[in-house]
Amino acid sequence: MNVTGLQAFDLNGAALLAHVSGGLFWPDEALLVVADLHLEKGSSYAPRGDLLPPYDTAATLERLLALVETLRPSRLVFLGDSFHDRAGPDRLAMQDRQRLTRLQQAAELIWVEGNHDLGSHPPGLGSAVVSLEVGPLTFRHEAETKTAAGEVSGHFHPKARIRVSTGSTSARCFIFDRRRVILPAFGAYTGGLDVRHPAVATHFPNGFKLIALGQRRAALLPETALA
Amino acid sequence: MKRPGESDLLSPPATLLPAKFRDWFDARGWQPHGHQLALLEAANSGRSALLVAPTGGGKTLAGFLPSLTALAAKPHAGLHSLYVSPLKALAQDIHRNLQQPIAEMALSVTAETRTGDTPAEKRKRQRARPPHLLLTTPESLALLLSYADAGEVFAGLTRVIVDEAHALAGTKRGDLLALGLARLQNLAPQMTRIGLSATVADPKGLAAWISPTGAYDADRVQLIYGRSGARAQVEILETAEGLPWSGHMARHALEAVYRRIQEARTALLFVNTRAQAEIVFRSLWQLNDENLAIALHHGSLDVQQRRKVEAAMAAGKLRAVVATSSLDLGIDWAAVDLVVQIGAPKGVARLVQRIGRANHRLDQPSRALLVPANRFEVLECRAAVEAVEARELDGGSLRGGGLDVLAQHMMGTAAGAPFLPDTLFKEVRQAQPYRDLSREAFDETLVFVATGGYALQRYERFRRLILGADGRYRVTNPRLIQRYRMNVGTIVEEPLLTVRLKNGRKLGEVEEYFIQALVPGDSFLFAGELLTFLGLKETSALVAKGGRGDPKIPAYAGGRLPLTAELSARVRAMLENPGRWENLPAAVRQWLSLQRYRSLLPPARGLLVESFPRGGKNYLVAYPFEGRNAHQTLGMLLTRRLERAGCRPLGFVASDYAIATWSLHQPTDIDALFAEDMLGDDLEEWMAESSLLRRTFRNIAIVSGLIQQRHPGQEKSGRQMTVSSDLIYDVLRKYQPDHLLLRATRAEAAGGLTDIRRLAAMLARVKGRILHRRLGRVSPLAVPVLLDIGKVQVAGGAVDSLLDEAADALIAEAMADLPEAMLDETPAQAELPL
Repeated sequence: MNVTGLQAFDLNGAALLAHVSGGLFWPDEALLVVADLHLEKGSSYAPRGDLLPPYDTAATLERLLALVETLRPSRLVFLGDSFHDRAGPDRLAMQDRQRLTRLQQAAELIWVEGNHDLGSHPPGLGSAVVSLEVGPLTFRHEAETKTAAGEVSGHFHPKARIRVSTGSTSARCFIFDRRRVILPAFGAYTGGLDVRHPAVATHFPNGFKLIALGQRRAALLPETALA
Repeated sequence: MKRPGESDLLSPPATLLPAKFRDWFDARGWQPHGHQLALLEAANSGRSALLVAPTGGGKTLAGFLPSLTALAAKPHAGLHSLYVSPLKALAQDIHRNLQQPIAEMALSVTAETRTGDTPAEKRKRQRARPPHLLLTTPESLALLLSYADAGEVFAGLTRVIVDEAHALAGTKRGDLLALGLARLQNLAPQMTRIGLSATVADPKGLAAWISPTGAYDADRVQLIYGRSGARAQVEILETAEGLPWSGHMARHALEAVYRRIQEARTALLFVNTRAQAEIVFRSLWQLNDENLAIALHHGSLDVQQRRKVEAAMAAGKLRAVVATSSLDLGIDWAAVDLVVQIGAPKGVARLVQRIGRANHRLDQPSRALLVPANRFEVLECRAAVEAVEARELDGGSLRGGGLDVLAQHMMGTAAGAPFLPDTLFKEVRQAQPYRDLSREAFDETLVFVATGGYALQRYERFRRLILGADGRYRVTNPRLIQRYRMNVGTIVEEPLLTVRLKNGRKLGEVEEYFIQALVPGDSFLFAGELLTFLGLKETSALVAKGGRGDPKIPAYAGGRLPLTAELSARVRAMLENPGRWENLPAAVRQWLSLQRYRSLLPPARGLLVESFPRGGKNYLVAYPFEGRNAHQTLGMLLTRRLERAGCRPLGFVASDYAIATWSLHQPTDIDALFAEDMLGDDLEEWMAESSLLRRTFRNIAIVSGLIQQRHPGQEKSGRQMTVSSDLIYDVLRKYQPDHLLLRATRAEAAGGLTDIRRLAAMLARVKGRILHRRLGRVSPLAVPVLLDIGKVQVAGGAVDSLLDEAADALIAEAMADLPEAMLDETPAQAELPL
């Protein structure tokens, strides 16, 4: 496989690859994980009068299709908050429904339940679970305070402010230690939470490493790279 | 007011004034000014008018005289005149000042203010039973127009008085007001307009802006000029201590400035940025052995604190105020006898406005002191003084109105009453900024307001406007009207956090991105105090007084205005001609002489480009003098070209005067590097990614109503409740690049943050006139811009000394190996680190 924008790291004995898009790939299991797509977030604001460009679902799914095309996983795990709200699947435009169908033709879709979507997904397109265990890894939406090693989660949309020569820059990132990894949000309309925020930091009492995502490169950084 | 003995030969006779008013003037020992009578005459004959006069000419009274005399002559039921001011505080001060003539002449005239601070009860009552004179702001006017009863409230309106019109025209607030006035004109066809303005470069343009037809028409809008005041005495501070090569804080001059404050009764010290204000204020207090009452005023301080400073100033309790543009406009402070501009003025009109804040009496000259913070700023100050003496102002070119403002106005209009598109289109084109608006752009804006204007029809069900069988557009849901009212206006703030002490006291508001870059324990300067950041709590940054280490200073990203084109032309002309250097300080003359010896002087019409090696890199420095915004854009484009030419560029830095790039390999074809075609694909590509465009888009998205700053019932948590405009920008750019808001963004950035228009004019001007000098080392003129490299945060102490070391090395390099003769003519040899 010759793919750029990947950064390798190990978690509880599993050799993982973080992709610049925000996806996490586990080659040994041919398993691809993405977190917090928040599909149909744009349209969710329409009832109150915010008519945001309704292209976020298409943007997110096209990036995901491209990633699936490149990595060819057999399983695709959505790590929760795949839709911005429970009614999200009902608002899907036809073209976006077709995009999801193309994903299903490429891989088995597994929808982990999140706090926004409560696991709702378009009927007939894969299965919903509360959490998922595969070998040494557990996949769930939100990190648990006490967990066995090998937890893969999302929920927090981590981003980091990193020192650069001209000041500092903010980037989406994976944050991990020996026990767990938290994925960045994959959705086009998803913002982020700084990794220094107590809600994130509390899960890494013994320090952490980052994989910061640029335009083309995923860079492994120590905690000291933070601005 | 004019004093006895003055005469205005061409002005109408004072008998134009009713006896009661003449007696009132007499009782105060005043005679009416010619322009006051001229304005009265114009108004009485049913014409609109623009009064252009310097401060201190009784301009505001002139604006009100026609309404006061009319109301004294004939009782009027309901609202007679509307006064619109850009500042809430100004409306309140004017209201106070109006009480005097009304009371002393026992006029049965009622006057009230209506601003964001007016209690809801009073606002409601004002619509039911309006006063004769209502004093308000552009935003409050827009709100009044969004109520269904606007037709009744304004039916009898006779006149609108727009104060400080020069500060509104050509801005988005001005666009909003112009649209509001067009709306008013439709509700009250008999209404005439009075514009009050400081001296401007283009009075006819401003007269077009105030005109009911949106065009200058001498029959409908009379242009009246007030007598110009005594010529201002403007001095440039010369300091015994060395004049810095770069920097903007003028620390070297603050002792001298402090001595001037001691000598003056009350001094107003203007700076260009909030960071400067904080540093200058703090430095002055470090020198303040006499404990003079010196205060600080800028837009991020808590409103209560600002009002306190203004009141203390009005009461004559302060010796000096350090202020940003937050005090550019406002009520006269009679006590101010000295205005100090710290740092270069950047524009002539702005400088004149600031100078005018001293000594508001026509027959006495205003005194002003300019304090250049570095060598280039000396040139700029000198050029500005010459322009003031020649009474040549800059600015003034009116621009087309923003479609984002039009979108907001459409929503407001529909909120008031359902509208016919044809009628609204005609009405909108009566507003000068929208005079050339095409029907196509109007219709497209209407579609945007109704459904978002997306190629993908997703929001039919959530339409904001719907077309009725009567051919009128109306708002679909009352909540949308409430939402419109909460977000009215064109002033967009960065996401802000409140700065609070632990006891809850609010110090002001600061940009969220600044606080995000702090970690608990960091110290920073704000509100004139050294503070330590403790942590975030909801939407507040908790701080404690005092702190250790190098303090950071919140810098507002959009705070700096670029050097104007007119001032730039003057600086270039002065540089080119050594005969005009005699008024410059010796250190500057020497610096320029060295430049002439080592390289070339930048030509007024052409472009000087220097290249030299330094520290293993190849530097390229150009001197277009087109202002920071245009230079930033140029820097990005040059870097792309250098990249393509295989030069491996490493970075660039831009100032108001020059642009420097550095690369691994030396560029060869300089003419090609600066060829005009750089404004093609490269520009498109860069603009799309540029953070400047993102910032512009955010403003447009908010003003147009795409995203909201405030939602009903969610005043506090608005920031979490919506999608970041950057993400929307990326998605929209990819899926609908020709969307109305993206086109509006590109158009606005071209004249604003990216300043492409000015860059294009420069490239055309210098074509075939590029002088390239290949040098062995850094030139004297290049030192300042190279010193700007790496200065991202302003810091004190340790970091400063590092920078100083680097600076000394650069200056020594520029000065090395000079012939004796060169040194002989340098009177300030001691300051040369040879």
